[in-house]
Amino acid sequence: MYQYDKYDQKMVDTRVAEFRDQVERRLAGELTEDQFKPLRLMNGLYLQLHAYMLRVAIPYGTLSGKQMRMLGHIARKYDRDYGHFTTRQNIQYNWIKLEDAPDILADLASVEMHAIQTSGNCIRNISSDQYAGAAADEISDPRPWAEILRQWSSFHPEFSYLPRKFKIAVIASDEDRAAMRLHDIGIQLIHKDGELGAKFFVGGGMGRTPMIGPEIRDFVPADELISYAEACLRVYNRYGRRDNKYKARIKILVHELGKEEYTRQVEEEFAHMKTLGLNPPVEELARISEYFADPAFEPDASDDLDLSDPDFKLWVDQNTVEHKQAGYAIAVISLKPQGGIPGDASSAQIDLMADLAEQYSFDELRVTHSQNIVLPHVKKSDLYALWQKLDEAGLAPANLDLITDSIACPGLDYCSLANARSIPLAQKISERFADLGRQRELGELKLKISGCINACGHHHAGHIGILGVDRKGTENYQLLLGGSAAEDTSLAKITGPGFSEDGVIDAIETVTDLYLKERQEDERFIDTYRRVGMAAFKEAIYG
Amino acid sequence: MVEAIRFRDDDVHEEPAVSLDAVLDQSNATAVRIEAGEDARLLLPLLDRLALIEVDFPVFGDGRGYSAAQILREAGYKGELRASGDVLVDQIAYMRRCGFDAFAPDAPLDPKVMDKALELYDAVYQGTTDSRAPIWKLRHG
Repeated sequence: MYQYDKYDQKMVDTRVAEFRDQVERRLAGELTEDQFKPLRLMNGLYLQLHAYMLRVAIPYGTLSGKQMRMLGHIARKYDRDYGHFTTRQNIQYNWIKLEDAPDILADLASVEMHAIQTSGNCIRNISSDQYAGAAADEISDPRPWAEILRQWSSFHPEFSYLPRKFKIAVIASDEDRAAMRLHDIGIQLIHKDGELGAKFFVGGGMGRTPMIGPEIRDFVPADELISYAEACLRVYNRYGRRDNKYKARIKILVHELGKEEYTRQVEEEFAHMKTLGLNPPVEELARISEYFADPAFEPDASDDLDLSDPDFKLWVDQNTVEHKQAGYAIAVISLKPQGGIPGDASSAQIDLMADLAEQYSFDELRVTHSQNIVLPHVKKSDLYALWQKLDEAGLAPANLDLITDSIACPGLDYCSLANARSIPLAQKISERFADLGRQRELGELKLKISGCINACGHHHAGHIGILGVDRKGTENYQLLLGGSAAEDTSLAKITGPGFSEDGVIDAIETVTDLYLKERQEDERFIDTYRRVGMAAFKEAIYG
Repeated sequence: MVEAIRFRDDDVHEEPAVSLDAVLDQSNATAVRIEAGEDARLLLPLLDRLALIEVDFPVFGDGRGYSAAQILREAGYKGELRASGDVLVDQIAYMRRCGFDAFAPDAPLDPKVMDKALELYDAVYQGTTDSRAPIWKLRHG
């Protein structure tokens, strides 16, 4: 894992001092709320329906046991004893007092963490593959590149007042576990003629106008990464729309200019940027990469597993993923218990996960964009002991990628933008489909719920998506089918008229029943949908 | 309008700033003001004779002026680069990093708060036209 040097530490410490001063000026009335708003947003502090929400950055979703434990401490000391892991691999606290925020940031800084640029119209926390450094299929660890980008984008003077927020994801395998093409910039590391570099996709996103980011450059060498990113951002900062916040994301610019014209402008800017000395030397990438070297795997660890305990077997089947190292597995801790709130964890659970990471996973955890936690490097011979401890704490639902492993935004329970509640619906669906045998029969099924068209719950990218809307003062839920955030990225389509809360759950059952009837061989839900088409599903739902 | 804040030693340029259209038409103007949506690159052929370029910020959240400033400095402009309009004390440090060396804010800035903000960060992560060495350069010499 990356460790701060004196420079990195000084930057976050300075930020704490700066924000403490800004909060004091706000509390003293020297700053109006309008003036304070962009400052607090740059530090991840939102004003929600009932209280301030603080979003803490977890760069590329990677953290240590000590850092995780600090997240538990913050939940206990400053919030209502829980935290909420988000779709951008961060954590949010929903009940924060403004006057506590500087102390929280100071606590975070003491474990090399921060909330810098987790909101506001700036470059947000860089996200990545939650299995980075452990996945069997990656060509290189994407996190050193993400860290280079984190540092470059932190306090970037030219790009802190962009037309709108800006999200970057970096992956390094053909399987996309980070919804890369639904980011403002998606980067895939690739080899070209033996050299490692970056393929750039620009202009993806969800929100009101979902778009899949087109590829605009097939290869950017490591030592030109920053100048290319600068070129992409400068064209956006100059020409992105500022007249309408709903048309201000880069996807609209790329769409309105056309991919070719946007690319042409970026290339022109890049030719100029390359001459400015903006790129860290390759030694800097090498320095950072050393922190992400493999942990000390036991070379002769055994692949044997005693699966005689049937519940353990279910969990291993569903929640562990192939590791690049023989004798090891990637273990996913589902934060989607039956009837629970997707992504929520209590301080006690957070502490336990921190302990387990230290004990079984070389002191590393990851947060996934589907709101689960990963222990990336678990020796197979430790899996049973790990599972038992998770199970005792309610952290062993064996439902990874099944229908109850849903993504849900905070919705109307917390969010001032929402039109409908998301969490209670996710909870009800989780109850309706509680039977694990039934879930496993349905197989991989990505269910994603948003409480408004801003799409924080990724409904456009759900195999089944649900969009909450307000219809004449009552909550109404539209059903969408056919989305995917993976390498086969696609956008879901609305089936037709919306439903009540119970009605949409019935409609989901109708849809899954039809899938079971129509599926051929090993088809997943999404495969059957793509083969059969929307019409058959519509017919089943609406008659 | 309050008195401009300057980080330059030369005398204040007295000639009033003309619009971008005017300066492009009028070959002898030495001061120009560009609006947020205007293309700073149109000024590049004229940089040798310009002594003052004012870049307007209609609202502090409109960040186009930061890119305009960088483009002008990257092209070697040495004259006064003045940010005007909704210029707030909490944005001054980033403006300085992008090459602004004068400020004409709509509302007065508290000089003490401004000085503190400018001195706060003793290192930077990225290269800009202010020529401060980024942290990666300090690490690798």
